[in-house]
Amino acid sequence: MLDQSQAQRIFDKVKKFSSVGEVEVIFSSTNYSLTRFANNMIHQNVSELNEVASIRVAFDGKTARATTNRFDDDGLKRAVQSAEGIAKVQEPDADHLPMAKAEEGKPAAGKDGGAYPSRSFEQTAAITPADRADAVGKIVDVAKKNKLVTAGIYSSSDSAEAIINSNGLSAFHRQTSAEVSITMLAGDSSGWQKANSSDARNLEPVHLAEIAAHKARDSRSPLELVPGKYTVILEPAAVLDLVGFMFWDFGGMAVLDQRSFLNNRIGTKLFGENITIIDDVRHPLQSNAPFDGEGVARTRVNLVDKGVVQNLVYARSTAAKIRTSEYAGKVGEIRVTGHGFPLPNEMGEAPANIVFITQGNEQTVDQMIASTERGVLITRLWYIREVNPYEKMLTGMTRDGTFLVEGGKVKQGIRNFRFNQSIIDTLNNVEAMGKAVRASGEEAFDMVVPAMKVGGFNFTEVTKF
Amino acid sequence: MKNIADWAFNTATQRGATYADARIVDDRQRSLATKNGKVGHAGSGESLGVGIRVLVNDAWGFAASDDLSRESVDATAAKAVEIAKASAKVKEEGIRLAPEPAVKVEWATPCKIDPFSTSIEQNLDLLTKIDHELLAVKGVTLAESNMHLGRYEQWFYSTEGSDIHQTRTITGAGFGAYSFQGTEIQKRSFPNSFGGQYQTKGYELIDELKLVENARRIGEQAVALHKAEQCPQGNMDLILDSSQLGLQIHESIGHPIELDRVLGMEANFAGTSFLTLEKLRTLKYGSDIVNVVADATEAHGPGLGTFAYDDEGVAAQCTPIITNGQFTGYISSRETAHTIGETRSNGTMRAEGWNRIPLIRMTNISILPGTKPLTFDQLIAGTDNGIFMQTNRSWSIDDKRYNFQFGCEAAWEIKGGKMGRMFKNPSYSGITTEFWNSMDAICSRDQWTLWGTPNCGKGQPMQTMGTGHGAAPARFKGVKVGTAYKGN
Repeated sequence: MLDQSQAQRIFDKVKKFSSVGEVEVIFSSTNYSLTRFANNMIHQNVSELNEVASIRVAFDGKTARATTNRFDDDGLKRAVQSAEGIAKVQEPDADHLPMAKAEEGKPAAGKDGGAYPSRSFEQTAAITPADRADAVGKIVDVAKKNKLVTAGIYSSSDSAEAIINSNGLSAFHRQTSAEVSITMLAGDSSGWQKANSSDARNLEPVHLAEIAAHKARDSRSPLELVPGKYTVILEPAAVLDLVGFMFWDFGGMAVLDQRSFLNNRIGTKLFGENITIIDDVRHPLQSNAPFDGEGVARTRVNLVDKGVVQNLVYARSTAAKIRTSEYAGKVGEIRVTGHGFPLPNEMGEAPANIVFITQGNEQTVDQMIASTERGVLITRLWYIREVNPYEKMLTGMTRDGTFLVEGGKVKQGIRNFRFNQSIIDTLNNVEAMGKAVRASGEEAFDMVVPAMKVGGFNFTEVTKF
Repeated sequence: MKNIADWAFNTATQRGATYADARIVDDRQRSLATKNGKVGHAGSGESLGVGIRVLVNDAWGFAASDDLSRESVDATAAKAVEIAKASAKVKEEGIRLAPEPAVKVEWATPCKIDPFSTSIEQNLDLLTKIDHELLAVKGVTLAESNMHLGRYEQWFYSTEGSDIHQTRTITGAGFGAYSFQGTEIQKRSFPNSFGGQYQTKGYELIDELKLVENARRIGEQAVALHKAEQCPQGNMDLILDSSQLGLQIHESIGHPIELDRVLGMEANFAGTSFLTLEKLRTLKYGSDIVNVVADATEAHGPGLGTFAYDDEGVAAQCTPIITNGQFTGYISSRETAHTIGETRSNGTMRAEGWNRIPLIRMTNISILPGTKPLTFDQLIAGTDNGIFMQTNRSWSIDDKRYNFQFGCEAAWEIKGGKMGRMFKNPSYSGITTEFWNSMDAICSRDQWTLWGTPNCGKGQPMQTMGTGHGAAPARFKGVKVGTAYKGN
């Protein structure tokens, strides 16, 4: 695993090989393993060691990047020459900024200067193939006990990332991660659970397997309901996958490019009073490095407060550009927030550490069910795509545990629905929320979100299972 | 490179492996994008490493490393064995590989102009010109163009004696025009959405695409969509352009025929398939004129699924998937072939890179063109009342691949055999087999294009793969149109 001093030595070499003004290197070093199971057996089992240096050069308003995993002198020289060659032929860009300075990589005092939680755990880094196989064996035992078939993964990783530039900025982050995802299959039904954490001790594979098995058992012989508008209870993973589609629009560049649904809507009450969302890399349930693709320290940003869209996130050049644009004064506070992607890129920035803030009166999913006369309980959503970018209307399917709720009780499993539903409408119709938890899905990056009870959710079709 | 494989095989077999293969991959890429006439993304990349796959106690292990020193290769092979031994602890039945003869082969993508021989200046000049054409249209609020050039060189060795050296060259480019007005964002793309057209070809593809020549027309269409009427809702005859039909094939034929999905191996992530084993040669998948093949051979064309040998050393083949509407074949691997009574894999195992295992992936899954001459104009002229949709905007299908919904960028009414007014926000939906059984016309070979889908995701850890889909414009009867906006 690459450490900070090795990264510095390689950077010094790269700098020596470069003939231009500014140089930046982003390092990533990964030791990743994943054990995959299906049909109650391990069928794929993989491990990877890879270290990558991504070299950016900048001069005369031009910049380009070359990436290599060859750290010998020839490999590094070739990458430097490639980046320089791509940069040289460009027209100078008046918006181009010098690379970030050392002080921009340090968190400011106050709310962003607080302790950054450790996200590297020795026990997680030390997980062996045999450890993962043991955990999978226990998941399979749960499946067999319930006369089900299981499929899923157990992964563990240890990774490091660093960014060093010729302006003296140097940032390093090391993190471990473990993830378990479990599907339980019956003849005509299924159940699913997924969790991840920097600390594998927080995962409870057997407990998750029991919940997934319970969902598969209870959704047998699914009923076909007529599509239409229903009250839904979305478990956190379903909330995550749905709302995840809107955060790309919370970047300043998306507004400048007029591809954001927030164009002409910042400062307006777009969602319900009960919706407050922040971006906070220091939240204890979050993950990721405390710096962005330019090495700038990530800061906390209030994105939505009581339904009102307050602020966007900004990379350095986007903040500079929007200050002199027609949007200045219309987009809330403009400041460099530490959310930029590695340069050069055309997307600018995006939030990375979403946290929903609930304001008391949290309900458990069971309480939401108990207060629902007729509705649909949704475990997970699948294959979500954007249908209308400005109304943020999405389509997708329910999957792996969809139930009819009647008279305050889960009545039985139902065939999966297709939805066509606006996120704006969804977040205007949240009737109840649970405690925000770290949720993990397949359509969006992990977030801290609550379960939600939502009225008038629009199902347009039903499938055959 | 062979010595690297020999080190790996010595270590693996000494530690108990009964089979091993090694893939050494040198992957080189150039990726450029412009936005509003300025450079958006400009980068190159190279990645070199080895992936070692072993069978121990009839269970799989795989380990990969970017370090090709002897010490590292030995350690990686030992790790693969350790992993396989762990796999064997949770085993219901052992892995059985269909036999495959050992071969020694050299192959490379036919390529007229090596894309890496072109200058970056030349590449960026083209993209900037496209952007300027788009921005010359009043109402275009964002212009984006992109180009991707790749060379993927692989050395495959197995303990059975195979020695296969392949070099695949990939070229792709396209552009998009956005128009934001009032409360609506509209977009048009060319020649296809999500990056354009990709093929296993040299830079000659870029000239063939005529990107600059089409930019202004596409920009004008993006703006015109604001004045177009909303797509109607109801059942009607639907004509799809070949790129949208390519994606329809990908989602509702290509994925369900993957035998690993059918057997439950992807149940946790990509999903399973409605095509359970008893449906082979018994299911009427489509109407009599639906003929689909999985064809990885060079003869099929320069698709993203074209190669000489797959990533477990099986020769490229052409497999009939749907024959005169009847379901006739899955895509398989050495491990899964026996489950459908076959003695040989049909050669579809592909890995994203040196650090990923091969999985069953689509090769070129193509619908064959109509046998009688039929141009696009004749197809429209033969349609009394319907709708024509072009260029995908959104795509979604359930995890067994039954219920789908697609949105397109633009549509046009067809009345009395003529194209009429434009519609915005078109969409259609259906059930896979009902949809394919409703196909009543498909254009002939001269209208057929082999499209490239560069971004197909599958597997855990996720792998992105390029797939090919040949298609010609086709007509479907009584399709549900406009359902995306039902209730909204």
